[in-house]
Amino acid sequence: MNHLDQLENKSVFILREAFNRLDKIAMLWSLGKDSNVMIWLAKKAFFGNVPFPVLHVDTGKKFKEMYEFRDHYVKEWGLTLIRENCPPIEEIDPSLPMAARSAARKTAGLKKIQEREKFSGLIAGIRRDEQATRAKERVFSPRGEEGQWDFRDQPPEFWDQYKTDYPPGTHIRIHPLLHWTELDIWRYTQREKIPTISLYYAKDGKRYRSLGDEDITFPVESNASTIEEIIAELQTTNISERSGRAMDHESEDAFERLRADGYL
Amino acid sequence: MATQPNVQAQDLLRIVIVGHVDHGKSTLVGRLLHDTGSLPKGKVEEIRAMSERRGMPFEYAFLMDALQAERDQGITIDTSQIWFNSDKRNYVIIDAPGHKEFLKNMITGAAQSDAALLIIDAVEGVREQSRRHGYLLHLLGIRQVAVAVNKMDLVNYSQERFSEISRDYRAYLSGLGVEPTFIMPVSAREGDNIVSRSTAMDWYDGPTVLEALDRFTPEALPGDLPLRLPVQDVYKFDERRIIAGRIESGRITVGDEVLFSPSNKTARVKSLETWPPHAAATTRAGAGYCVGITLDEQIFAERGDLISHVKNAPIETDVFRARLFWLGREPLTPGKTYKLKLNTSEAQVQVQNIESVIDTGDLSHTAAEQVERNQVAEVVLRSRRMLALDAFNDKPATGRFVLVDDYDIAGGGIISMEGYADQRQLITQRSTNIVKVEHGISEEERARVNGHRGGVIWFTGLSGAGKSTLAVELERRLFEKGYSVYVLDGDNIRFGLNANLGFSPEDRSENIRRVGEVAALFARAGMIAITAFISPYRSDRDRARAAATDIFHEVHVCADVKTCESRDPKGLYQKARRGEIKDFTGVSAPYEAPENPELIIDTAGHSIEECLAQLLRYVETNFSLRTAALRKAN
Repeated sequence: MNHLDQLENKSVFILREAFNRLDKIAMLWSLGKDSNVMIWLAKKAFFGNVPFPVLHVDTGKKFKEMYEFRDHYVKEWGLTLIRENCPPIEEIDPSLPMAARSAARKTAGLKKIQEREKFSGLIAGIRRDEQATRAKERVFSPRGEEGQWDFRDQPPEFWDQYKTDYPPGTHIRIHPLLHWTELDIWRYTQREKIPTISLYYAKDGKRYRSLGDEDITFPVESNASTIEEIIAELQTTNISERSGRAMDHESEDAFERLRADGYL
Repeated sequence: MATQPNVQAQDLLRIVIVGHVDHGKSTLVGRLLHDTGSLPKGKVEEIRAMSERRGMPFEYAFLMDALQAERDQGITIDTSQIWFNSDKRNYVIIDAPGHKEFLKNMITGAAQSDAALLIIDAVEGVREQSRRHGYLLHLLGIRQVAVAVNKMDLVNYSQERFSEISRDYRAYLSGLGVEPTFIMPVSAREGDNIVSRSTAMDWYDGPTVLEALDRFTPEALPGDLPLRLPVQDVYKFDERRIIAGRIESGRITVGDEVLFSPSNKTARVKSLETWPPHAAATTRAGAGYCVGITLDEQIFAERGDLISHVKNAPIETDVFRARLFWLGREPLTPGKTYKLKLNTSEAQVQVQNIESVIDTGDLSHTAAEQVERNQVAEVVLRSRRMLALDAFNDKPATGRFVLVDDYDIAGGGIISMEGYADQRQLITQRSTNIVKVEHGISEEERARVNGHRGGVIWFTGLSGAGKSTLAVELERRLFEKGYSVYVLDGDNIRFGLNANLGFSPEDRSENIRRVGEVAALFARAGMIAITAFISPYRSDRDRARAAATDIFHEVHVCADVKTCESRDPKGLYQKARRGEIKDFTGVSAPYEAPENPELIIDTAGHSIEECLAQLLRYVETNFSLRTAALRKAN
């Protein structure tokens, strides 16, 4: 069994576990490379079906290319889309640094969906290698009623036995890509020929490594204009994936505060 | 966050770093990342600046302890993962916290690993957590362990000190039957023997930490073991009915006849489903693959069933022995019921017995009333229904489980069937096309002629408790009163009906099954069948009860082991104590006392006459039609 097969099978196992164990689940679809891999894995797990809705928490500030991608693949992949507008920035905690405050709109948008739909599980495409805080996550990660993450007291997780029993009021974040790296994602995207947004490929010496809101996401210097070139670039780079995401760098605990409050 | 690994197939090794608190785990990882050039640009500078802002000296450990809360407390709270690579391969390092109260996180980290690096402080030497972690690695099934004796700079790189600690720890591990792969003297802070060879310890010529890691091998998937495929779900998205699950061991091929346990139904594999559909259909799959199969006939299958081939099927039992670690907020107590999760199956299990609590410091076993958080114990668990499972030592993936208390995973354990029977043969109906014939004479008619009802009086108790003595005497007294009565005794039955059975747990259970069926036939014929068998297993007696249904009377002939041993009518205890008899009930095999027997006869506290009087009263009351008529008249 090769490395990509190992990753794929572990994710499929997690998705099937979530679908079986939790009453009402949905998958967060940010339109980025990771969440497209996640939808692909769901289609593998459920033999061509995605048997739950996908959520797009819309800040209204995404790149044009992202919206086009969404509208095309909702149809092509046969997805049930739930879209939610995020509240305006004025409603967000003003003590957060500027970009983090902007990103926190997404958390607030998600809370709105949760209040209405009451999902018992939300599948999210975070990875351990993205960011130190995410490295501590569990595959099945409980959240309080407000969506908070108690990273001090996380459930044990071993032998592929996940915490699937919860008191009323809690919901679960399920992380089927937790064990993948950025390079794994690209190698798998290449092998499976999974569609991606054009912004990831270099134009005029710049490309996006990670996609967020247009106003707080910045491209990196790169000449990688194909998947092969991206893979080659990633094998040698020492620059972190989220370096172009402003909110991670404003203060040393900004991202952690966002996450404890329910950010992905 | 580290350099992106250069991934080739199967070239990733997962390492867990464990050891006592403050022995330098995070420092060693920080150093390893730094010295292999695996840190992102500017990371060290970032941490250095942060340390200065806080007025603290720079520590490599800060790289791992990335969470704010951890920096404030100065300890690692949760398990964290980090990637790096050597010239040979890629690694994921799982840093597991050393604090005792964070054991669940250490287990979370360690259970995902192929190999372990255990760190011992050269100044402090082997401590409680050094031993406990070593023990748990063994329990979790991790066999590749390297030991780093850290902070050698603080003991002047003393060879003597290193040898002393090596000796200590080797002695402990050998008590578990574990041989550490490497023991290395290192200083993480100074970088000695981490990636580059130390110049301060020429007396050491073994590998550096990185060399040791490179010599480990990724854990091979158990493709050569018998097939085990736990059913995870059954899908009906379209006209196909797909049974989905992950192959834990072995291989499955289209056309195979497969067995579903514990329902014991069989069917043939019609197809292996995949998406996107391939030009050439997939016809076989092996361990590690999540598959979807369709069957040639629509048998009922559900999550929790365990698929195997007909040959080499899993064990079926409702009772097993386990070695478990307990993480629960509340202690584990006998009699309490927990939810068992074993692969994809779930069942309610009751703690029948706590055999012993194991001191992970000196490996001694002691009796205990309960198992506290962070303790390791041997227990016997009983389920309300039949389970399909394996012994951990034979097939690890289907021989381990977790227990859920309330909403939380509160413990994990590995299964041993030592002293307990595989009940598969006992519950399998082999003949087909058989139909029950109605008897022309009813049980009431027989009872009227005999003057009493038929039934089974089932004596159970330790060897020497007095079962045979009482059975034979009771038979005589009842016979003289005009009862139709017959004793089925252990040894007599083994001369004939059960001559082909030995004394393995399976044969013992089969012995009891046959006696139960024969006794039930005697009872239906209108007689009172008295049986005198140790019959130590509750599952076996329950089956005997099921054979006779409502005319079964369980009598616990009860005396403590000491009393029985002093009687020792057949000299068996002496032989058992000398080790000449293996698996002797009460000495080296379990006796499961009845929970709700119809009658308890205490032969240690009463004379034979007193016991007989008690038995006769019981028979008069429950079997005699005369007594019944008198009762009615009154």
